[in-house]
Amino acid sequence: MTISDERSSEVTGPVSGHPHETRKLSWTQRPGLLSQNLLTAIVLGVIGYLIGHWFGNYLSSGYDYISNSGQNSIANTLALAFGVVGWLGGIGALNYPFAKLFGVDGLEEESPVDNWTKYFRYSLDHKVVGLQYVVGVLLFMFTGGLLAMAIRTELLNPTTHYFSPDTYIKIVSEHGTIMMMMATSIIVGPLGNYFVPLMIGSRRMAFPRIEALSFWIFTAGYMVIFSALPYGGFPTGWTGYAPLQTQSGPGMVSYLLGFAVIGTGMILAGFNQAVTIINYRAPGMTWSRVPVFVWSILATAALLTLATPVLFAGGLFGLLDKTVQTAFYVNEHGGNAYLWQNLFWFFGHPEVYIMALPGFGIAGELLPVFCRRPLFAYKISSAGMIGVALLSFFVWQHHLFQSGINPDMRPLFMLTTELISIPTGFIYLVGMGTLYRAKIRFELPMLFVLALFFNFLIGGVTGVFLSDVPVNVTVHGGFFVLSHFHYTIMGGLLFAFMAGLYFWLPKMTGRMMNKKIGKVHFWLMFVFFNLTFFPMFIIGLLGQPRRVFTYATNLQGLNDFSSISAYILGFSFLVFFYNLVYSLWLKPEIAPANPWESLGLEWQTATPIPSYNFERIPVIMTEPYRYSEEGAPTYADFGTKDAPDSSTPTKA
Amino acid sequence: MANQTNTTGTVHHLRRMATVWVILSVIGDILFSIFVAPHVPPGRLTETAAKDQTDFNILFEMALPVLFGVWIYLAYALYVWGDKRNKNAAFSGEAARTNMKTQVWWMVITSVTVLFLAGFGTWALVVDHGSGGGQGPNPAFAPAGGLKAETAALLGKATWSPGSTNVLPVQVIGQQWKFTYRYPTFGGFESSQLILPANTTIAFNVTSLDVIHSFWAYELGVKADANPQVNDVAFTTTKNPGSFMVRCSELCGIWHGSMFNSGQVESQTAFENWATTTEAANAANTALLPAFAWTYVPDANGADGGYYPTNDPYSTVETYGSKQPS
Ligand code: HEM
Ligand SMILES: [Cu+2]
Ligand SMILES: [Cu+2]
Repeated sequence: MTISDERSSEVTGPVSGHPHETRKLSWTQRPGLLSQNLLTAIVLGVIGYLIGHWFGNYLSSGYDYISNSGQNSIANTLALAFGVVGWLGGIGALNYPFAKLFGVDGLEEESPVDNWTKYFRYSLDHKVVGLQYVVGVLLFMFTGGLLAMAIRTELLNPTTHYFSPDTYIKIVSEHGTIMMMMATSIIVGPLGNYFVPLMIGSRRMAFPRIEALSFWIFTAGYMVIFSALPYGGFPTGWTGYAPLQTQSGPGMVSYLLGFAVIGTGMILAGFNQAVTIINYRAPGMTWSRVPVFVWSILATAALLTLATPVLFAGGLFGLLDKTVQTAFYVNEHGGNAYLWQNLFWFFGHPEVYIMALPGFGIAGELLPVFCRRPLFAYKISSAGMIGVALLSFFVWQHHLFQSGINPDMRPLFMLTTELISIPTGFIYLVGMGTLYRAKIRFELPMLFVLALFFNFLIGGVTGVFLSDVPVNVTVHGGFFVLSHFHYTIMGGLLFAFMAGLYFWLPKMTGRMMNKKIGKVHFWLMFVFFNLTFFPMFIIGLLGQPRRVFTYATNLQGLNDFSSISAYILGFSFLVFFYNLVYSLWLKPEIAPANPWESLGLEWQTATPIPSYNFERIPVIMTEPYRYSEEGAPTYADFGTKDAPDSSTPTKA
Repeated sequence: MANQTNTTGTVHHLRRMATVWVILSVIGDILFSIFVAPHVPPGRLTETAAKDQTDFNILFEMALPVLFGVWIYLAYALYVWGDKRNKNAAFSGEAARTNMKTQVWWMVITSVTVLFLAGFGTWALVVDHGSGGGQGPNPAFAPAGGLKAETAALLGKATWSPGSTNVLPVQVIGQQWKFTYRYPTFGGFESSQLILPANTTIAFNVTSLDVIHSFWAYELGVKADANPQVNDVAFTTTKNPGSFMVRCSELCGIWHGSMFNSGQVESQTAFENWATTTEAANAANTALLPAFAWTYVPDANGADGGYYPTNDPYSTVETYGSKQPS
């Protein structure tokens, strides 16, 4: 009896001893309108919002107002909080916990609804959640992108203004916050949830309910942060520094609560990923046989679970300051505004690696496929990612070099920050080593990976400039920083996300993405990304601070150049959306079983992937990425005769 | 035999890349140091600005070979090992999974570079008395006489005259949305103009009356956050006369973008002239200001008050603006 036989009961048999027929369908599983779905979530969300608002006013009307706004911040906070709970209850996330709470047992766990409506429901299938996440992050990104276009429009001219300074700063703040929240999930959410179980040979995530919950919290967080706009926005940028935070209007509540909500989702997602990767690997998948993408998600998961609680606490303090008049961040009343900066960046710096590591993982995963050779220095690559993750907790004060806090600590934080470039450099060793004497195939995903190496290099090298305290004096708080982090997040993570989508969408949807449109998308995005952001380094060096609606007139040429490039960059995303529509619906082209001739476990499953992923749990036989050895042992033994033989990749 | 061709092939590839790399890096660095380096911000108006510029240039000259190295490698790899040249080669990439020597060299080179940079940055920070960055109330890296001048300023005993080597303390007060400057050496008068004497070490004392701002005197190579209730000290030594720009570089609310003005480094006698005339002309106003202090608490009518109302009649805190006629 092999191990896989032992586990197969998970698929067919009921979890408990109940006979199959007597078990009730959960509300999330019923077909038709008499069930819980997106609509009920919206309805209950609105009802929750109204109740919370009423309750807040009932509790506190008459004595608690946000300065200058005439609004009651307790009512706003409770409205949003109740709205989130209503949303989660409406979608069905609370059914199971409540059933357990009241001793009701035996809800049917498997989903009988197997049509398109499952994407609008609370689904425990990691593949459904993965696709839901794809749509979610694209929506997030689209919103943030529109705001970016507005920013670049305002910066077309230093003296003619399209927005009032008030509106402008709120656009910048909303753009930054939405993008940062989106970017923390952009790979872990869609591709992590979808592919990690497949790549480690598991039938599911460790905690399917927590997985679904993290997605629906993510969507709730999106709405909470978006609610800042109708509330009048917040003027603090994505960093939300106190005391400006304490001074601002009701949009600030959305920011603080939004981070708390999204943060909860991040903690849950990270925790779930970590447990899954550690405990659900198929037999034979030792740590030296784990795909690098999974390594990167594991390192990211560690950051998500360990760093995000700090943000949560920081946001909570801010909310208390705003609602019940505590003074965590108010110097005059015994608090300290530096506390926010410390808490925020103690989270914020690990956060930037949450937004880098999954990109490295995708690069490492895709390179061998398109280089037709093993990943160079596999161990170094995972060590690099773990090293980055660990070190990232010891650098946060490099954001506070000029803040007047701990001046004698600056050499230390300069050192730790620069040390991080050693493990980050490993990724380049791995990348360049893998390219060495490869047989490079210039497929779309590969182009995005190569672009990542190009862009992230510029982002990384300018990071060293920023970490040097004397240089930091000139570049801190200016467009140089802005350009630096767009190079790492957008040039790195977003390009990796695109690589991942072009690579894996054929598996997820069964359709190939159109190559011609994809090439147009790639070249527009790559060229105009650089043309948009490279001038910003110079703009920054020439003295333009961040978050300003006006600037020195001699900088108009560069700013206009950047703005016009940004429009074309924005257009390239429309090309991408068009490609999605074209390849999925207008002119669908059925994807071959293994279009890239990958040896990865995820490609060895049937298409469409059955809800239990693997007929039998595979047994991992050898290291991944043995691309250059014809006749090498197969990566995994599926225990079936008819399973595709992974040692001889074929184009179907 | 395969091994044989492998190593000779390796030497051959690496030699080609290295040649191009060395040539390009040398040319790039030379062109940079001739044509760009002298103009790199923030210029050389003060000692700190000059050192910040030198630092930037050294970093850039080190970064350029790194960029070129990776770019040349990528370009070479894509050109030579692209599949256009080796069609249908499913298993033909090189099989080596690791190479100990390469890994060790990589780590040694990156570590040495990084440690050198950190050491160099620290050295620059220390010998340059904080490089013009805000160091908080207890500056860790102060120039000779800096701390003495600070204490004297608070006691109202600071002195400065043309030719003296005394450090000149200047207070920068940020508020939504402007900077003003107080000169404790000249009776603590307050001005919206920032005039500094040439060839003098200045101690900027930066604070705020409301939210966080950041005092960025661009050409001086000075940047220090203005925090309420905090005295953030930054040092610089001016050289020749010249003008400079001041911008706020920490988001402070809706008019953050227009929080800028300009300042002037003047000859020592011109400065003394300006300071003494302004002190006399402003005397009536100065009498209404709170006594010179490192930090101030705004009151309900001062700097956009209303959120920390100190209406307490028994409060012992001097509030900024409380003595101003309504
Ligand atoms: C079309 C693409 C984009 C363009 C043209 C763009 C442009 C800009 C500009 C001009 C600003 C600065 C405004 C200022 O400080 O004066 C900005 C800020 C920012 N952007 Fe983007 N951006 C784009 C995409 C992204 C992406 C993908 C991310 C992250 C995932 C991102 C994250 C941020 C953040 C965090 C800020 C800082 C906001 C703040 O100051 O608080 N942006 N963006
Ligand atoms: Cu950081
Ligand atoms: Cu400002």
